[in-house]
Amino acid sequence: MVPRPRLLALRRTRVDPGHLLLMLLLLAVLGLFVVLPIATVLAVALTDADGRPTLAHVGRFFQNPLYRQSLANSLTAGAWTVVLGSVLALPLAFVVARFEFPGRLLVTTLATLPLVLPPFVGAMALLQVFGRAGTVTLLLQDVFGVRVDLMEGLRGVILAQALHFFPFIFITVSTALARLDPSLEEMGQMMGARGWRLLRRVVFPLVLPAYAAGALLAFVRAVDDIGTPLILNVKTMLGPQAYLRITAVGRDDPDGYAICVVMVVLSIACVLAANRLVARREYATLQTGAPAANRRVLRGWRLVGVGSLCAGVLGLALLPHLAVAMLSLSKVWSLSYLPSAYTLGHYREIFVRAPQFVWNTVGYSVVAAVLAALVATATAYLLQRGRVPGRGLLDAVAMMPIALPGVVVGIGFLRVFYGRPLPGLDVPLTATWLVFPLAFMVRRLPYALRASHAALHQVHPSLEDAAAVLGAPRLRAFRRVVLPLIAGGVLAGAVLVFVTAAVEFSATVILVTRIEQSPLSYGIYVYSQSPLGRGAAAALGVVAMGLVTAGTYLANRLSGRGRTAFTLG
Amino acid sequence: MTAVEVELRGLSKRFRDHAAVVDLSLHVRRGEFFTLLGPSGCGKTTTLRMIAGLVEPDAGEILFDGRPVTRTPPWRRNIGMVFQHYALWPHMTVFENVAFGLVERGVPRREVARRVDEALALVGLAGAGGRLPSQLSGGQQQRVALARAVVVRPALLLLDEPLSNLDARLRVQMRAELVRLQRQLGITTIYVTHDQEEALMLSTRIAVMSQGRLVQLGTPQDVYERPADPFVADFLGGANFLPGVVREAAGAMLAVDLEGLGCVRAAATRNPGVTAGARVVVCLRPEVLALAHPGAAGVDNALAGTLRLRTYLGWLAACEVELPTGVVLRVHSANPRAALGFAEGAPVTVRVAPEDVLLLPASA
Repeated sequence: MVPRPRLLALRRTRVDPGHLLLMLLLLAVLGLFVVLPIATVLAVALTDADGRPTLAHVGRFFQNPLYRQSLANSLTAGAWTVVLGSVLALPLAFVVARFEFPGRLLVTTLATLPLVLPPFVGAMALLQVFGRAGTVTLLLQDVFGVRVDLMEGLRGVILAQALHFFPFIFITVSTALARLDPSLEEMGQMMGARGWRLLRRVVFPLVLPAYAAGALLAFVRAVDDIGTPLILNVKTMLGPQAYLRITAVGRDDPDGYAICVVMVVLSIACVLAANRLVARREYATLQTGAPAANRRVLRGWRLVGVGSLCAGVLGLALLPHLAVAMLSLSKVWSLSYLPSAYTLGHYREIFVRAPQFVWNTVGYSVVAAVLAALVATATAYLLQRGRVPGRGLLDAVAMMPIALPGVVVGIGFLRVFYGRPLPGLDVPLTATWLVFPLAFMVRRLPYALRASHAALHQVHPSLEDAAAVLGAPRLRAFRRVVLPLIAGGVLAGAVLVFVTAAVEFSATVILVTRIEQSPLSYGIYVYSQSPLGRGAAAALGVVAMGLVTAGTYLANRLSGRGRTAFTLG
Repeated sequence: MTAVEVELRGLSKRFRDHAAVVDLSLHVRRGEFFTLLGPSGCGKTTTLRMIAGLVEPDAGEILFDGRPVTRTPPWRRNIGMVFQHYALWPHMTVFENVAFGLVERGVPRREVARRVDEALALVGLAGAGGRLPSQLSGGQQQRVALARAVVVRPALLLLDEPLSNLDARLRVQMRAELVRLQRQLGITTIYVTHDQEEALMLSTRIAVMSQGRLVQLGTPQDVYERPADPFVADFLGGANFLPGVVREAAGAMLAVDLEGLGCVRAAATRNPGVTAGARVVVCLRPEVLALAHPGAAGVDNALAGTLRLRTYLGWLAACEVELPTGVVLRVHSANPRAALGFAEGAPVTVRVAPEDVLLLPASA
């Protein structure tokens, strides 16, 4: 049948003007603080002095032996971090997911604790334990007469990063194992596979994508981390090289930007690969809260074995925390197993004599968290409910920082905002404290967005429709119905931003221009550069640990999902 | 009484490249219980949401009492709506849920309390105001949603498959309560469902929709007994269809030649306006067919076939009979004990009274 011609003019669905305004506002903010900095970095690296596109700078990167060595070192350190991290994480994940034993939940909690300690603080503490004059080194020397320096060069970086980043692998794998649909395994059993064969043919292949995703994440974070190499004085790695070029040679030196391009490409490749793997994983997991496979109760020598495994791994992983705490209280700790004299002087130093580090950090992190929560909530709302074009673009831009190394964000901010006075003020943005919360907000926006997204996803659109039908205009419906329902999730995301901002180092170190404005992480770096300052650096590290622990606990309490939001970074 | 009449004029809505509603025109009378019935994806819910103002039509006009409201936002239309999943606000108590619309309308606080209690009592939930939706059963949540919709004394009540999430027993019970409530309040009600039984039982009139279009509009008896086409006949009650040609159309009986199956007679009173020579679809509802032994006395107007399947449901026996052309007829025997007398694989005769033979136009 031919549809009869209609005389009525077709009306397109209206674009909501309010949504459009919000969309433009968000795109402007994100364009200024996300797209512009990164685009500037790319532009500098990929154009010559006359502004013509060129690959010369990137080409020079690959011809320079120092840069080639840095790339090789970064990749090596990342790879070994993953290997070492897997050795620590996999047995623990398996044991926790498959067996029931006293203290299982404690082990699960403790195994995620290393994320609490910023890796560069851990590195400093590890020097006291495994370094040339560290406790373990001295012990080995006195008892067995062996001399090893585990913290020498790249080895130290790898050890510090593996101990810090292995929880990424632990969390993804143990979650995947726990959520494995038991019927898949039962099916395997009915087909005749048992024991090791069942593990190898059914369980491992199903968990492999989760493992790969966790490993990639650990890898990317390790390559991104510039604090650990700087503290351990390892300069031939990508992050430190980029930092040194920009701060030592200058903001106009294209080499620093070429390094950034290499880091960004590496990072994006890993994040994309991890995302694909996680997406593929879904098919094997339970969609609902159906009961997972029963854990086997352990007894006798098996229990002893599992107990020693957990104690060994966790002992090693928590060693840096302990060492930091002791270092912060030690007056003299040199060429001895334990400190030979104790003091509270370091805390006096950081709270009384130079309290700006702690208060700056708290202030910046709070502002960053509030900004991120606002931007993330508005973005999530537009993405899910917006009647306005351009949502794909908004999503891409807001999630972009997840694949941007902190150094690159820092350098981008510096390049865009340095020397350009803010309208209405005489100073450029980089000279004000505002640059820190803004950079932190950009860095951690994806966390906040994910939390808001998940929270809003729980709120069925019909809840809002019901309010509209009953007489509530859109803004009122949002305030009375949507906001109370997503507040917990949004707050949890904000706390997560606060926590990660409190220990942010990669971007910070590049943006610091005046010590009075610098946050805690930079303070740790400065103190740790002199042997006498180590105690104060450790005291700041303890404060950072305290902030992060409190925040993580709060985030977990607020949403019950804080841990997952934390892991998929 | 504040009930409105609702008119839809040439309403159309597309989602991307899918036409959800196409040129739909309807008139819902004041105080009527009007049902939009159709399979999922037929556009009935989209139509309801357009009436609510939650979806804006691409073309066409919506009028309440002759007043165009097409551009009026939902919060100014004075309607009550019950959503498929109830959409109770989980962070509010039952009382707060029901009071929401009254608060939005600026009703004084004391009056709010009185009217909420009244509405809760109306749905049989007096005293449950302090509880949270999560502490209620599905049926109770349903009642709260209903109370929340009617407490504002809307001019129009919209119900979007409100019973589909209840178990079978509760659904039957709530059906009766809905009828009672609607008659008591006298609100114009538009009800969306894919359940033909609900539609037949509740409605004053039914609009059957398919692929975004109105297929038939009429009273429950109209649409059941005089379906406009095979789709409506099949959707409402189910039916067997056989192609045929009218051979004779004189007097009280029509004679129809079935292709390769002989001839059946149909009552002219059930099939007015059918002329000789017309191509028709013979529509036989399973419950009007009866099984007989081949060659039994007094068997008239019958088709011969083979019994292929016989299933026993207690209150009826559902059988399948294969005709010589290979076509399978569904037969629901209201006398299951008698049906047990036929063996699967044995030849049977299927009888039908001429008054039960429906002739539908054989169109595309």
